[in-house]
Amino acid sequence: MARRPPASAPEPVLVVEPVATTAAELSAALGAAEVVVCCGSGGVGKTTTAAVLGLQLARDGRRVVVVTIDPAKRLADALGLAGGLTNDPSRLDVDAPGELWAMMLDTAATFDGLVRANAPSPEQAERILANRFYRNIAGALSGTQEYMAAERLHALHDDPHFDVVIVDTPPTRNALDFLEAPGTLARFLDHPLFKLLMMPTRRGLKVLNVAAQPVLRTIGKVVGGDVLADAIAFFQAFDGMETGFRDRADAVMALLRSDATRYVLVAAPKRDTIDEARYFAARLREATLGVSALVVNRSTPSFGIPDQAVGRDTADPVLSALWANHDELAAIAAAEHDQLAPLVADVAPAPVCWVPMLPGDVHDVAGLHEIRRLLFGPDRPTG
Amino acid sequence: MPPKRLDPREFLSTTRLVVVAGKGGVGKTTVTAVLARAAADAGLRVLAVDLDGKPTLADLVGDVPHLSLTAPDALADYLETHGLKRVAKRLAASGIIDVVSTAAPGIDDIVVLGKLKSLERSGDHDLIVVDGPAAGHAITFLLSARGLLDTVRGGPIRTQALDVLEMLGDPTRCQVVLVTLPETTPVNELVETAYALEEHVGVQLGPVVVNGVDAGDGDLVIPDGADPALAAAASFRNARRAMHHREIERLSDALAIDQIHLPHVVTAGITRDDVARLAAGL
Repeated sequence: MARRPPASAPEPVLVVEPVATTAAELSAALGAAEVVVCCGSGGVGKTTTAAVLGLQLARDGRRVVVVTIDPAKRLADALGLAGGLTNDPSRLDVDAPGELWAMMLDTAATFDGLVRANAPSPEQAERILANRFYRNIAGALSGTQEYMAAERLHALHDDPHFDVVIVDTPPTRNALDFLEAPGTLARFLDHPLFKLLMMPTRRGLKVLNVAAQPVLRTIGKVVGGDVLADAIAFFQAFDGMETGFRDRADAVMALLRSDATRYVLVAAPKRDTIDEARYFAARLREATLGVSALVVNRSTPSFGIPDQAVGRDTADPVLSALWANHDELAAIAAAEHDQLAPLVADVAPAPVCWVPMLPGDVHDVAGLHEIRRLLFGPDRPTG
Repeated sequence: MPPKRLDPREFLSTTRLVVVAGKGGVGKTTVTAVLARAAADAGLRVLAVDLDGKPTLADLVGDVPHLSLTAPDALADYLETHGLKRVAKRLAASGIIDVVSTAAPGIDDIVVLGKLKSLERSGDHDLIVVDGPAAGHAITFLLSARGLLDTVRGGPIRTQALDVLEMLGDPTRCQVVLVTLPETTPVNELVETAYALEEHVGVQLGPVVVNGVDAGDGDLVIPDGADPALAAAASFRNARRAMHHREIERLSDALAIDQIHLPHVVTAGITRDDVARLAAGL
């Protein structure tokens, strides 16, 4: 296989200039936000949208930090940060009166910090951090990523340096766990196995004796004794830390449910992403949280109505090809609107912002500005 | 030198298990359905498999045999066939499986791969096409066997992992098909995934599928004084075709792997009929 990295593509030329009719509504929806959560399925341009909203708020004079937990590191791509992002925010060079910072969530590092903060002693913290089962949990337990994102969000919200925190949720159905993430760990601590493992500790039993219990013996047979011993040691080391974790989870949950937090749904005009977005809208409704805005990326633009004088039935092959192309694109645009209608109804009265499919991909700050102008309207001339 | 476009039918009869992978939104499920349909139309006994338990793939493949294989099902199946039937139910009911798969990450993946391996071994199918996990997860999914060998030092799971590794390393048994769109970010991610799979998993990569290609016969000509709406639509189309062309070239330069191109379908939602047409057009 060739070992050359792909050369960067030439800059795309934007040929669409739709009117951002919902610009004022979108600005109003984000106006006093302190936290903006962008949600939607993978591949719909969620990370890009998060960055674009950040850019606009920075232009409005606010100090913004964008947190991405997308493992594909696409925010780094979109923002043209060659060195990538780290768990600490780094400031981006944007032409704005406010500030735009960006960071990539490091789930494991955030979890480590939480363990250190909650452990009764540094020794206990180290014992947990060194445990192999913990290392696995910190990276892989379903919901951990979402929970750590919420945790980080809370910390950044409390940081006086930032006015607004924008969060990009992971590109999976689990993104919905974000809403419940703070409760996930609490649920984990209430897990029957956890209780089963803790009970003997409290009776002063050793790891080996715990492992001799029938259920655990069976699990051990399947996964191997070492794995089981690690798990038991972890749960025992965790003893006494549940309360601190639960209190923290409650505080994060309160922030996610407060008036200062806005939810922006991101979708594309494809059946599967629309289904995901509707599912998400329903979950938000169940939680009595409203959708503040719906952003539809990659929609087929409309090009206006051609002058009928030139005629669809022309004998000129050049003109007839132009008509065929126009009609084909118009048919796609109409089909997309029909497909999106139920989602638009679900989120009403939230503004729906259509970002047309651009002939080029967005992978730098200039591209983000283009989308920003499509969403929020053209920049006012200065001077 | 762009790699040659490949006759997909030839590829589909060179291996028995094809795992289709790609990032969200590139049309992985569509591609899985098209490959399954094309192989079935060519007379092969095909099984289409989804791993998410959603009905989309089953809808798209129509009368091609289909199996929904989720991790919890695979684990229950695994426990039963390993003489642990009695505890299987109890484990599932108490949610202990979550904790077990956390203790040894990849156990859920390995039981799925193990099941695919036994399907492949059964000889009941000439070709099994799997709608694999999204790109990020595809690597961990396929790496699970190797990872588990470090964590689990004995027992049936280890045997399973060894069997799966053997299958992954044999191109006549298993290959991975990566899917992308002709756009910058998806192409970049595909290239990264391809290198990672080759370096860390050692699985053979089949052809790359570029989905949604707006090929067209050259540029639309926009004469002077053309109607502005027609002209705008035409330049939008030309720009998009140019981008697709450019990205396909870039992919060809970066990866010396055969490509299969699926044309852009003029619809907002692919149907079973679209899949049949795409398969016939391969």
